[in-house]
Amino acid sequence: MSRNRRLKLQVFRVVVFLVFGAFFLVPIGAMFEFSTRGNGDAPRTLVAWQTIFQTPDLVAAILASLVLAVITSVAMLLLLVPTMIWVRLRLPRLNRVVEFLCLLPLTIPAIVLVAGLAPEYRWLSINISESIFTLAFVYLVLVLPYTYRTLHTGLAAIDVKTLSEAARSLGAGWPTVMGRIIVPNMWSALLNACLLSVAVVLGEFTIANLLNYENLQVAIFLVGKANAGVSIAVAVASLTFAFFLLVILSFFGRSRARVARLEDVAQGLVVGQRA
Amino acid sequence: MTTAVAAAGVGTATRAGVEVRLENLQRRYAGVTALDGLSLTMAPGELVALLGPSGCGKTTALRLVAGLEQADSGRIVVAGEDVTGQPTSKRDVGMVFQAYSLFPHMTAWQNVAFGLQMRKVSPDQRRKRAGEMLELVGLSGFADRFAHQLSGGQQQRVALARALAIRPKVLLLDEPLSALDAKVRARLRDEIRRVQLEVGITTLFVTHDQEEALAIADRVGVMRAGRLEQLGPPTTIYSRPATPFVAEFVGLTNRLPGVVRGGEVEVRGTRLPLVQPDAADGPAVALVRPEAVTFASDGETAAGPLVGTVIATAFLGATSRVTVDLGDITILAQLPTSEASAHPAGTRVRLALRPDAVLIARDEAAPDRA
Repeated sequence: MSRNRRLKLQVFRVVVFLVFGAFFLVPIGAMFEFSTRGNGDAPRTLVAWQTIFQTPDLVAAILASLVLAVITSVAMLLLLVPTMIWVRLRLPRLNRVVEFLCLLPLTIPAIVLVAGLAPEYRWLSINISESIFTLAFVYLVLVLPYTYRTLHTGLAAIDVKTLSEAARSLGAGWPTVMGRIIVPNMWSALLNACLLSVAVVLGEFTIANLLNYENLQVAIFLVGKANAGVSIAVAVASLTFAFFLLVILSFFGRSRARVARLEDVAQGLVVGQRA
Repeated sequence: MTTAVAAAGVGTATRAGVEVRLENLQRRYAGVTALDGLSLTMAPGELVALLGPSGCGKTTALRLVAGLEQADSGRIVVAGEDVTGQPTSKRDVGMVFQAYSLFPHMTAWQNVAFGLQMRKVSPDQRRKRAGEMLELVGLSGFADRFAHQLSGGQQQRVALARALAIRPKVLLLDEPLSALDAKVRARLRDEIRRVQLEVGITTLFVTHDQEEALAIADRVGVMRAGRLEQLGPPTTIYSRPATPFVAEFVGLTNRLPGVVRGGEVEVRGTRLPLVQPDAADGPAVALVRPEAVTFASDGETAAGPLVGTVIATAFLGATSRVTVDLGDITILAQLPTSEASAHPAGTRVRLALRPDAVLIARDEAAPDRA
């Protein structure tokens, strides 16, 4: 590639980065600006942000949503990863069926989902628990389409059949095959799936609201009625949280790739004859 | 690379080879018979190569021995123990796969030590044993490399070390060389044989490459449609094929129409002895190896049943394969390159058939092309 062309490409990259950065950051910046506005001509203040911690319902909703995100992510991994590996290895003809089932929630509007689930949740609240954490069941269904695709891509990137057969021939049982051979080779896909789960759960409003649970988004909505500054502050905080998760994930993936590349370069310098 | 074996302490790694018996194995997939009563006994320390075209059942046989699939019927006996129903993880087999199968997130050393860890071998012993095995395959200096930092040949050597590290009773090699380029393949083939002999392990080697099978195996089993067509030493398989299929699958063969008469077959005026002494008289197709076709020394090229024109020459190194058009058929002759190059395309030549015993295919109509 010529130097001129490389320079143009670099400029293009920077421009794209700046445009998209502005696209994401300007609204967040505006929200932050709004959340720190004082009344009338009063100077800037962090009262709205401080109020978050002085509103017990809001703190409880934030914590509940975070716990729900963790429960949903763990349940999703426990359900999907072994199922997808097993289907890939033993029941490949069911691949289409599993894919269809996992993508189905994408086509069902939340309101329809709630209409179907309302009787179930009534029964749940009477017979088992009316805790907000029971929302994890429906959230698990909601995250399936996004996480299935991510995990599917991760699995497709490795030769699951050969690796598992090699491990089994060396004496490994199925739990070892999954835990020590397959999962470590799809870390990136697992992290991506978890991030998507967290993002879906933290952003979910309709179902929680219709089922009368107060999660983060419902709490923001309710607080917003009384104090717009606080609701915007919480929204900025949750967006920042998701943004940091994404950065951490991206950094993790990149650092693994960089380590591998550096090892390649270092080894390349001392490579002897190859077979 | 090959000199480190003695120093590697292979003796401590050696486990006397065991007898392996496959008894009347049957396996069907959705109405298709993959194995149709396969029986095979492997002597302790023997390397048997299963050779055959795609879909002949050779890989299925190997996977049944590994326990990666279960037979519909029949038995697999290893060292006197019936292992037919045992899961793979309990079978005590080492396996090298066609696809690169090193665990990508582990170093070469960790890969080799994995099976030992599964067997709860102490860390000290694991380290020692994995080091020995890597030395055995000439990769001591590559212990800390990941799979993506190794070439294909190196990966397969690590896979071999990994398979042998657990001291398996049987070594199973599922076309381990097919993903490699020709030069690496030949070197690694010799390497595998050397290691197998050093360790003395009973080995089943599956391949569709006849040259590979003939070069590496103590005995070669040629398979067709789930059955063993012939089992024997490489020289027997090549020079005394039991069936036309074996003759044609193992090496090139000319199909020449002839007539069987009195225990011999007459092919274009030349009488050749028969592999099948009890063949009935009548028309037949004689299967003649290109090596048995030579240029006649008298130089008479005016006319005759074996007089023709050279139409192509394929250079193979020390030998060349010459295609000669005899008018009604073409015939292949494999000759020293010096002799072949003296007869370029267009040259009239007279051929002679060496009186090696040939096989006849009685059940087929005589074709008109070689």
